[in-house]
Amino acid sequence: MPINYYIILSIALFCIGIVGVLTRRNAIIIFMCIELMLNAVNLLLVAFSKMHHLAGKAVLETAGTDGQLFVFFIMVVAAAEVSVGLAIIVMMYRNIHSVDVNFLNRLKH
Amino acid sequence: MALFGAMMVITSKNPVYSVLWLILTFFSISGHYILLNAQFLAIVNIIVYAGAIMVLFLFVIMLMNLNHTAEPKKNRWVKLAGVVAGGCLLLVLVAALKDTEIKQQTAEVATGGIGLIKNLGKELFSTYVVPFEISSILFLSAMVGAVLIGKKD
Repeated sequence: MPINYYIILSIALFCIGIVGVLTRRNAIIIFMCIELMLNAVNLLLVAFSKMHHLAGKAVLETAGTDGQLFVFFIMVVAAAEVSVGLAIIVMMYRNIHSVDVNFLNRLKH
Repeated sequence: MALFGAMMVITSKNPVYSVLWLILTFFSISGHYILLNAQFLAIVNIIVYAGAIMVLFLFVIMLMNLNHTAEPKKNRWVKLAGVVAGGCLLLVLVAALKDTEIKQQTAEVATGGIGLIKNLGKELFSTYVVPFEISSILFLSAMVGAVLIGKKD
């Protein structure tokens, strides 16, 4: 399968995530859009790792394994980020009884 | 299918539906991993994302009882500007892709053993053992941080 199909799919998923972050105000949905962007990057990394494996298989048996391990580490970081972020959202909801990010502009003043 | 699910994530009014569409998106991304013969990542994606993280999201949404509170109306111009900005980014990236030489290359589908758990495990515990341990410390600190933030003071 040509690599540019995967690149275009990942670009589209990433841009949908960007649009979601820019247009929605619910903090939880913004978090989900960040997850969507991370997954777009993961898909791209796996596709590139398979491409690299096909190209460098003759030289090195395990060419391209690094990409899939990076995906693994990205998943680890994403899980940690989500746990901390959801704890922050819960605390914010407890204080101001809303998850609207526009109420959080007090940091400006 | 992944694109349709992703579109529904940002257009659903109800956050619970949004989470369910995101789960559909993650499952179709896992399907792509299986197509690319990366079985370990496909299973981890289903377990960690569609299982753990999405359940956490659903749990928080249900806890806050948000599913029937209407999201306040946002300024239409801000929404339009967001969509235009995202579309411009999409356009720029696709245009940049058209000029690259990488698009002649192909990714191998359904063959190749690097995605299997044996090779990944060997590589992870020989070359990448230090980042692996550091990520465990990161997890521990994230756990402590989440408990500390979530604690009633």
